[in-house]
Order: sequence, then C-alpha cells, then structure tokens
Amino acid sequence: MDIVGKRYWFFAISGLVIIPGLIGLLLWGLPLSIDFTGGSLLEVGFDSGLRPQPAEIVALYKSLGIGDPQVQTAGDTDLVVRSKPIDEQVRAHVVDEMESRFGGPVTVVSFELVGPSVGAEVANRAATAVGLATLGILGYITYAFRGVAHAPRYGVAAILAMLHDVAVVIGVEAILGHFLGWEVDSLFLTALLTVIGFSVHDSIVVFDRIRENQTIHRRLDYETLVNHSIVQTLDRSVNTQLTVMLTLLALLLFGGVTTRHFVTVLLVGVFSGTYSSIFNAAPMLVVWENREWRNWFRRRQPASA
Amino acid sequence: MRTNYRSWLIPIVILIVAVVWVVLPTNPGINIGSFHRSIRVVRGLDLQGGLRVLLEADVPASQDVTSEQLTTARSIIENRVNGLGVSEPLIQIAGNRRILVELPGIGDPEQAVAAIKETGLLEFVDPGTTNQSEVIALEGQVITTDFGEPAGSEPPSPPETSLTPETAQATVDGTAEATQGAATPTAGAGDGSSPPIFYHTVMTGAVLKSAGVNTDQTGVPYVAFELTNEGSTLFGDYTSSHVGQYLMIVLDKKVISTPRIQEAITTGTGSITGNFTVADANALAVQLRYGALPIPLKVVESQSVGPTLGQDSLRKSTIAGIVGLAVVILFMALYYRLPGLVADMALIVYALTTFALFKMIPVTLTLPGIAGFVLSIGVAVDANILIFERMKEELRGGRTLAQAIDLGFSRAWPSIRDSNLSTLITCLILYWFGSTFGASIVKGFALTLATGVLVSLFTAITVTRTFLHVILDGLGVGKHARWFGV
Repeated sequence: MDIVGKRYWFFAISGLVIIPGLIGLLLWGLPLSIDFTGGSLLEVGFDSGLRPQPAEIVALYKSLGIGDPQVQTAGDTDLVVRSKPIDEQVRAHVVDEMESRFGGPVTVVSFELVGPSVGAEVANRAATAVGLATLGILGYITYAFRGVAHAPRYGVAAILAMLHDVAVVIGVEAILGHFLGWEVDSLFLTALLTVIGFSVHDSIVVFDRIRENQTIHRRLDYETLVNHSIVQTLDRSVNTQLTVMLTLLALLLFGGVTTRHFVTVLLVGVFSGTYSSIFNAAPMLVVWENREWRNWFRRRQPASA
Repeated sequence: MRTNYRSWLIPIVILIVAVVWVVLPTNPGINIGSFHRSIRVVRGLDLQGGLRVLLEADVPASQDVTSEQLTTARSIIENRVNGLGVSEPLIQIAGNRRILVELPGIGDPEQAVAAIKETGLLEFVDPGTTNQSEVIALEGQVITTDFGEPAGSEPPSPPETSLTPETAQATVDGTAEATQGAATPTAGAGDGSSPPIFYHTVMTGAVLKSAGVNTDQTGVPYVAFELTNEGSTLFGDYTSSHVGQYLMIVLDKKVISTPRIQEAITTGTGSITGNFTVADANALAVQLRYGALPIPLKVVESQSVGPTLGQDSLRKSTIAGIVGLAVVILFMALYYRLPGLVADMALIVYALTTFALFKMIPVTLTLPGIAGFVLSIGVAVDANILIFERMKEELRGGRTLAQAIDLGFSRAWPSIRDSNLSTLITCLILYWFGSTFGASIVKGFALTLATGVLVSLFTAITVTRTFLHVILDGLGVGKHARWFGV
C-alpha cells in the first residue's frame, strides 16, 4: 500500500474539508455563547403546555428593560432565553411576570449568568492553555525522539497535524453553528482541547514506528520507511479509531441533548485526528526530508519522485 | 519471565475484590475505630441540580486583594452557607480575586445568593441632628456613614453623598453593586432634595456575640442579638445619653430599622425589627452571626440547574456509558478472539477501578466528566490494540506464542508511554485552566480523563499480561495461534 506516494492527494482531501470550513468561518464567524460574551441564559418550562410565542417573551423582557433578549424553543414545553446579564432577583421577577402574563406554573430548568469580563478572560486563558499545551507537547516529542535525526521535525509535524484538526473542528463548527444554531461555549473548548490531545497521541504512535524502523532498516530510503511504518500501524489506527468512535456514537445516540454538541465536536475531531496522523503528519516528514517545497512553485514536475 | 508475571495475580485479585466492594452501591463506608468515611458518588450540579456562583472581589482592578482577605471571606461564606442548611457545599478560592460557591440541591437560589454575597456590615448609626420624621423616612434608603473612611477626612462633596432612593438600585442589569462598597459609597442618582449628610457610626456588627431569629406575639419575625462586653459598654453609654431619640440600624449602608431608644440598654441585648419575612430574618441573622466580609463581593457568574434536568442527564449518560462499554467489549472479542476476551476482562477491571477511584478521591462527576470517562473506555483499549497488533506481527514472524506475548508488550511500550504522556500533559494544562478560572466543568473533565489514562495504563498492560500468561499456562493454548486471530 502506497500512502506516502499519494501524499498530495491526501493533503488535497484535507483542503477540501478545511477550506469550506474556513470560508464558513469568514462568512458567518463563530457564534459565541454567553460563556464568552457575558449575559444570561434562562431555560424555563411551561408545564401546562401553554407555551407562549418567542415574540411574547421578547416583549416581556423589553417591557422589563432587559436588553438583547433572544428566544429559542427547546423540546415540547421549554423556552431558552438569552439576554444581557440579569441576576437572581431579576430572574425571579421575570419568572413571576411569565406566570402572571401567560398563566400556569413556570419551572426554571436552568439559569446561567456570566459577567462580560469573565468571558473575555476565559478566551484569553483558553488561548494561553492551548499555547502552553502546544509548547509542552513540542518539547516532549523533541525529547522523546532525541535518538533519531531531526527530532524537532517530529514535534513540528505533530503540531501541524494538530493545527489541521483544530482547523477542521473550527470549520465544521462554523458551518454547523450557522445551520444548527450551535454556539461556542466552554464545553466546545474542552472538546477542542481533548481533540488536540488525541491528535498528538495518534501521531506519536505512527512516529514511534518510524523511530523503531530507522534503527532496524538502515538501508531503506526515508520515504519507503515512513510508508512502511504507516502501513504497519494502520490496523491499530483503524481499530482504535473504531472503538473511540463507537463509544462516542453511544454517547451521541443515548447521551441526551445536553452533551450532543460536545460529542459531535469530539467525533469530528477524533476522526480528523486519526486521518491527519496517517495521511498528513507522517507524509509531512517526507516532504520535509525531500525539501519538496522547492518544487512547489516551479513548472509542473511530478511532486513525488 | 512468565512466573514473574504470575506473581501479579494475587495483588490483582485483591484489587478486584476491593474495587468491587467500593463500587457496590450499598457500600457502608469506612469505619475503623474513630475514623469514618462514607464512600459514594459525588454528583456535580449539572447532574443533581443546584446553584453555582462565582464571586469576585468588588474593588478596583488596581487594588490588591490579599490571600488573607480571600481566606477570611471564604470561611465566612462557608459559615453562612452552613447556616442556611445546605448539604455538601463547595466553597473554593479560584485564582487571586474570586471565590467559587457550589450549593447542590438548593431550592431557592435567589435567597441563597443574597445571603452569600452581601457584605453583611451592620452599623448602629447616630442620626445626629436629623429630626424624627426624617429618620423614619430614611428607612430602606442608602446612607453614607463615617465608618471605614480614613480618619480626619472631610465629608465628601454633595454628589457623592446624596441619598439614593432604593428604587434607583434596581438598574437595568439588576445588580445592586452600586450600594455594596463599604468604604466607597458611590451612590449615583440622588433625588437632589436631600442635603448631603455624613452620619456617625456608633458601633458595628463586630461587637455582636450572637444573633438569632425570634417572633413576637403577633408572629412577626425579628432578629435578636447579644453583644460582647465591649459592645455592651458602648451601647450602654450611647443609649443612656440618647434616651428618647432614634437610632438607625444600617446593613450594608442601607437603613433597615429605626427604633426609638426607650431607655438605657445596659444588658447587652437588643433586637432588630423591620419588614422581614422569616427567610429574610434568617438570612440577616446568619450574616450577623458570622461577621462582615473583609471585602465586598459581586456575582460575576452564576448557574442554577433544576433537579429534573440533572436526573435526566444522569440517566441518559449512564445508559450511554453502558452501551459504549458493551460495544467495545463486543468489538474486541470478535476481532482479537482470546486476547480480545482477556482485554475485555481488563477493560471491566478498568471501568470498575476508575469508578471506584471516582468514589474514593472523590471526583465530582459532571456531565462532561462522564463523557470523558466513556471516551476513556475507547482510549483504554488502545494500549491493548497496540500490543495485540504487535503480538500478531511477532507470531507471523515465527515466534512462539509466549515469546510473541512478551515481545508484543515490550515493543509496544514506547509508543504507549509517549502517546499517553502527551495526553497527560494536555490534562495537566486543562486542570490548571479549570482551577485558576473556577471552571469546575473543565477541571472535572481533565481529572476524569487523567485518572482514566493512568488506570488504563495499569489494566491494559499489567492486568492483560498477567491474565494472558495465566490462561496460556493453565489451558495449554500455546498450540492454537488461531485463537489469537492470526
């Protein structure tokens, strides 16, 4: 099986997923949840079944002087209202008003308040966390591969594959967010960080085989060696991928609505993580070894000799 | 080599017995002599409903908050929360100016937030030259007192000291922060008609010895208090020289009661009456009993989850976990045959051990935490898959079964080590992110994932290897490479 030889095809497939995602990101942006923007989120249930129209709730919020109300329906009896920050007292007042205006008991399913300063801080901290994780992983891989030539390349290739997965996840999130109304919240962040961990985990397994084969097959040229290593680890990559996907599918199908967004992001990310470790990370080492970028902008020549 | 690994069998069996004992839902807890510890699952707010509040010191960003102030505030909040009768509250300092409060299963979030975040600074204030009717009219309004002002400072200019009618507090965002600053009254919208007055504070709640709720003959609740010796002297002196005049009782700069001094009070006891409900009076008594917060606090984040949503989420994720586990077990058995079954046993040991650790540590189980746990089941078999694929290669290369097993383990080890260490690095950074920011959800996820990774390293390697060798010796399966899926 020749995977490395077709590397530009696989890079192109990655591009086919990433580029539309990034276009979606540019067109629509990432809808941020109140975790980042600050605000309140109130989910109420109208148990009597007499759920008012969203417009009526917007009018109620406006009449109480609460800014930016946005109303969504959830399930059969619930409404989710996002607005400028309101505290517990105002929330209680809002619920009383709902009961008196629309009749019937109103139950508070959940209520969240996030100050705007907190949101900005989460974003900063998250960026720092990702930066630190990247450095930590880069450092660790360089250390773990210190025995082979060009050890830092393995770290950089793993990080590039990781960025690929981040780009895939963010692109898919931008598109799904636009059509399904999903928002980037702290759970999305957690999922993204998990994907980062998983992506590197997979790349290392393939790199480990290259590391081992380099000491066994000294005569082989690098490209054949990398391809051989990928093929040897292919069964494992596919099977691990399968078990993880199966558990995630179980969560997606049976885990309820609350974690659906979270699990979907993980599914996309885990799939991308395995793909990039096989088809991007290891072939990238070959691109680097051959310094192929010198040929990229010349007149047409076969990219892989 | 083989006998070496068989020696693990007894510790592993003991571990399994211990773990099953811990996991049993009827576990009575540990009771050895005077040492008692209950063992049960701690569920996060998203799984059982409740209130989570992130409080931040309400002082200018340039002003430092000492860790001592935060620690004091934390213990005062803890006392107040206990006074409210909440079971298993969590009060943590998050970062250097925040406190995280989690109150599981609380029914009335509104009252709880009020009881927690109010500074609770009680002042007995001399109305000075203000006449009787004006004093009574001040009830429910915010005033400025000289307590907490730098000594010898002149009364501030009129705009800052103008009285703020209570209605002005209900600003659009609903926060009453403007009235919180103990030392910096920033009341904005005065009605302009009241002259600026700087009232003198006779004494503060610091001289209170105890406070509790009573009801009068008509059933109206009031707060009864007892003073320390120092307080009794101060209060005695003041009341003897001001008989027939009014006294203002002020909480967080808001006048809550204006009793008339009927006679000198030298007994060191007194009461605060006002327009209280029983809950109000209780919250006030709780605040007074445990003293005023050293720094004003504001709510920067809060979340409350109704109990039904929590139960529903728990039930669904438990089902998802069981289904996920079953599917992985089936896959491993079908694909890897005998070693697959051994890996399945190891996987069950893994799931039980991890769950037992969650109960023992205890790790608070949140929704993403459960998702992390279920995900870790998929990841846990990765080590086994790596090993078994390696074993197959060695078998195809003509090694004997026993050799292939040992080689499979030793050759797969570097990749298992390096890949899992990188995951642990990510967990560490997530944990740090979660705990400095007070995002307990992220922290819980990192902790469950890291626990899972560490336990899976043990079960996938030691437990699987021991079981494989035991079965190999016991059943003489060495001649049947087909059982290994080759």
